[in-house]
This record gives sequence, C-alpha cells and structure tokens, in this order.
Amino acid sequence: MAEAQNIPVGSTTAGSIAVAAESTVATRMSAPPSFDVADFPIPHGREEEWRFTPLGRLRGLHDGTAAADGTMKAQIDAPEGVTVESVERGDERIGKAGTPVDRVAAQAFSSFAKATVVTVPKETVLTEPIRVALHGEGGTTFGHTVFDVKPFAEAIIVIDHTGDGVRAANVDILVGDGAKVTFVSVQDWDDTAVHTSQHNALLGRDATFKSVVVTFGGDLVRIHPRVRYAGPGGEAELLGVYFTDAGQHQEHRLLVTHDAPHCKSHVVYKGALQGQDAHAVWIGDVLIEKSAEGTDTYEMNRNLVLTDGARVDSVPNLEIETGEIVGAGHASATGRFDDEQLFYLQARGIPADEARRLVVRGFFAELVQQIGVDDIEERLIAKIEAELEASV
Amino acid sequence: MATLEIHDLHVSVEAENGAREILKGVDLTVKQGETHAIMGPNGSGKSTLAYSLAGHPKYTITGGTVTLDGEDVLEMSVDERARAGVFLAMQYPVEVPGVSVSNFLRTSATAVRGEAPKLRTWVKEVKEAMARLQMDPAFAERNVNEGFSGGEKKRHEILQLELLKPKIAILDETDSGLDVDALRIVSEGVNRVRESGEVGTLLITHYTRILRYIKPDFVHVFANGRIAESGGAELADQLEAEGYDKYVKGGATA
Repeated sequence: MAEAQNIPVGSTTAGSIAVAAESTVATRMSAPPSFDVADFPIPHGREEEWRFTPLGRLRGLHDGTAAADGTMKAQIDAPEGVTVESVERGDERIGKAGTPVDRVAAQAFSSFAKATVVTVPKETVLTEPIRVALHGEGGTTFGHTVFDVKPFAEAIIVIDHTGDGVRAANVDILVGDGAKVTFVSVQDWDDTAVHTSQHNALLGRDATFKSVVVTFGGDLVRIHPRVRYAGPGGEAELLGVYFTDAGQHQEHRLLVTHDAPHCKSHVVYKGALQGQDAHAVWIGDVLIEKSAEGTDTYEMNRNLVLTDGARVDSVPNLEIETGEIVGAGHASATGRFDDEQLFYLQARGIPADEARRLVVRGFFAELVQQIGVDDIEERLIAKIEAELEASV
Repeated sequence: MATLEIHDLHVSVEAENGAREILKGVDLTVKQGETHAIMGPNGSGKSTLAYSLAGHPKYTITGGTVTLDGEDVLEMSVDERARAGVFLAMQYPVEVPGVSVSNFLRTSATAVRGEAPKLRTWVKEVKEAMARLQMDPAFAERNVNEGFSGGEKKRHEILQLELLKPKIAILDETDSGLDVDALRIVSEGVNRVRESGEVGTLLITHYTRILRYIKPDFVHVFANGRIAESGGAELADQLEAEGYDKYVKGGATA
C-alpha cells in the first residue's frame, strides 16, 4: 500500500507498515510523555523525533535557554454562549486531551503563565466560528489553550498566528460525545518567527473532528497534531496545506492513535516548495492498538517541488496490532514541477507564470475545497497566488 | 498564406564533452495546406528539428533562420511560438499532475485564441472533438497525461491539434506505439485538420505505415542532421522497399 514516485534529488520518501507486538512509535521517542520539561533530555539532533529539525534555529526552546520575554497580542472572538476563561495551572481541564511528547512541548507546558479555556456548552450549535488571533510582537512566549466542546455541540475554531516571535504552545481540543468540531490553525507568521505547537485532540464517542493546519510563514514551524479516541465511533479528518519558501523549515508530525473500536481517521497533507533550502518534513504515524477493532484509516502526503534547492522528507508509518480492521493504508509522493512540464504547457501557448499557477492551483484545489470554512479557503487561495507571484 | 521557412538551421546540444552538433544545415519550406513527411533512421535528428522549432531549451541554435510569415520564430519564447501558430504534437507527452484535461484545454485555447472561448460553445466543441477521436468523456476530468496509455496520449495530442487549429502542425512520431485502430483514429483526426486547408503539416516518422492514412505532398529523407533527399509520395514507397541503409552509409562517410 505504500507508494513512492517521482522523487526528486535531495528528497526522501520512506514508508513502513509494521505489525508490531510493541509500539515502535512509542519506543523510538527519546523519553515517555511528560508534563515536566526536566523529564526530557536536551536533544542533540540525532533522536528520531529531532533528526529533521535544525535545533540551532529553535532559539533555545529545546535546551532551556529560552526565557518568556516576549509579547503575544491575543484577541478572542467567541459567539454568544461560549465562555472564555483564564485559568491557573492545575485546572483539571488542562492537559486532559494529551501529554507533551517532546521537550519543546514540555517546555511550553512548564513555562506558560496562565491557560485559556474556551468552552462550548452541551448541545450548542455555533453558527459563527470561534476566532483566536495571536499576533507576535517579538520575543519568546509560551501558551496553553483548551477548547472544551461539550457533548453534541458543534463548533468551528480558528487560531490565526501572525507577526514575529518565538512561540511554544500546547492546544487541547476536547471533543465531547457526538460533538462536531472543525479546528483550524493558520501559521501565517513573518519569515523570522519560530513556532512549535502540539495539538492534542481527544474524541468522545461518535464525535467528529476535523483538523486543518495551514502553514505559510515562519523561519521554523513545527506542528504536532495528535488524535486519540475516548470511545468508539469517532471520526477524525486531518488536513494540511503548506507552502515552504527559500530557507524555511516547516515540519508537520502527526500521530493518530486508534485505541477504541470502530473509529476512522483520514489524513491528507499537501505541500508546495520553492527556493533554496526550503525544507518540508511530514511524519505521519498511525497506530492501531489491539483494542481498536473495526478501524478505518488512510493517510496521504503529497509534495510538489517547484524549484531546485528544496528538500522534502516524508515518512508515513503505520503500526497495526489487530487484524480485525476495515482498512488501513498510506501513501506518500513527491513530484517536481520540472522543465519538461513547463515546456509542454508553454508549447500550448500558456506563458510560464500562468503554467506554474495552473499546476499549483490544481495541486491544492481539491484539498482546499475540503476545508469547509469559506474565509479560510479564500485566504488560502489568495495566499497561494501571492506565494507564486513572489516566485516569478 | 502561412509559410514556415527554415534556412540553413544548425542546432547543438550540450553533451558531456562539449556541444554536439545535431542539425547541420536544414533547409525546408512548409506552406499552409501542404503536408511534408520527414523520414529517417533513429538518431538522424528528426526529433531535434521538431523540438528546436517549438523552442525546447535543451537545444541551442548555432546558425540559420526560421521564420513564420516573415516573423523570426527563433526570437520567440516557447509560448509565443505556440500563440503564433506553431504546434508540436509530442512523441512523449508529459504528465502534469493536478491539472485536469478540461482545465488545461481551456487555458490553452484561451492563450492561443487571445480570449476565453464562450463556455457553452466551448463545452460542445470539446465534447464533439473528443467523440470524433473516440475518447471517453470521463477523460476531461483526468489529469493531463497522468496514467494515460500510449494511444490515449496520442489522441489527446491530436485533440489539442483540432482545438487549437495551428498554422503549422509538427507531428513528432505520432504513430509510434499505436496499434492499427488507434493509428487510424489518430490519422483521421490529422486529416480533418488538414482538410481545412489552413494548416501546414510536418509529419515526422520512422515508419511508412502512417503514410497509408495520411498522404504527404512531399517526402524528405533526413540523415546525419540534414535533408538528404526530397521527393514526392513515391519516395516513401522506395524507403519502404529499400530502408535507410544507403543514407546511413552516406552519412557515415560524409
């Protein structure tokens, strides 16, 4: 079920499907999950979870030298019925959806001053999104946000990151039984920003969760979306779009842990890269535990390399501990927009810049349509056009 | 009347040990309504001629001129040549993932015609052209050349030829890899375009088989980077009987 094709020079596309008695996803991490940063050794770069990340550009988030000296302007627009609280460390809702799995996430957890808890009451169906605008104004900040969507509620949540700064955060998304949540995280940072974030989603019985991760900006962005199931019947869809420019490092590491029966997960991440030393990393881990009978999962990563000098590392990994499943598969492919494609389109009268747009639009179109949040879709298309303008 | 004039064309490619000359002085004039078959052994430079005329960046023009109605083709970018009326049906059409055939055709037609075709008439035009080439309508929603069979790729090339209506059509080994049925369908497509009398056709082929369906006005034997002999349709019959041996040997001693 693994496929790898059209791999340009300087890229790796590796895949594995393991039937393991013991989870290698867990064992290849350098330390077990913990809320305490001291439980994680300072990474040196050869650890499985750090081998693609340029540690020198993390501005001390990984080695304890980053101090909370920055400013992050936060604005939350919550529709009626939604409560927004600022809570102290120790609130029982914090960390309920998941535990930090690497040193930067634990650092964020150990360093945040106050957490924000946004609650959508039971059976409340929101017609407008909850919008969180985070605008970095320089320096280092740590954050923790909990979205607690109660049973049978429906909500769209958009976190929008802009500006400059160094940001390490954890985001918990509690999706109650039968609730429906679309969670969008946009990384539209200035090209100097550094951002690491672990997204922990915990899905209740028959809950529906859609995660949309959109990454354009930043010097280094490392997002870690994770999904677990608290009961049977949960459905998770994880979509991602990234556009990696010269010098940028954009890393998306996903883990879906199927630990309850009859749940679904569907992952599609697509990225375009252009420019010298543009580096995109995609790690897609899916773990089907013994208890997760009736699981249906598929994950896919596609990359489109537009110029020389860009690099993609794409690693899908599937571990299956039960044979009683509906389906499990993954695919990863990295293709190039090359001189021959350009020649072909030009030979049909299409100018070079238009040809490039045609290919990139086509590459992203289907995925963008699946987002289902109009203003995000429009902004995304405009952003893709702008990225292409900049390249021509 | 559109005329393509090639005069003393010299073309090189970069090879490991410096530039290698492939075309060594090609002279050829193709007028609207005429069909010229260019035949020759492998490696004689036929395809280089096709790609050089279309402007592929791999080939460097080191001498000579190419004009279309007096306009300097060699000065034009690849897309400018296409918009000026030069069409190359490729031997190995390229896959363009993520771009549907319908989107591609419309974008191309818009570029070549200088304005977007009216949607309603366009849909009908494409549908009918596809039907004539016995292409499944579902084709329109597939990505350009992705997963196409050899025959499907060639039909798709001829579909573009029919829709873009160029002044000069260069068909680079359009017959290669086609079974008899596909060859007939593709040839009929080429003939429909030829019958308009508005296209000059340069039919590049290794085999005489396609000439049973597409009757050339002129046949040129290509050997060692230039035209070695020209004649009428009867020259093709001679090649069918005798092969390229005498031209290859001639080339080796030249």
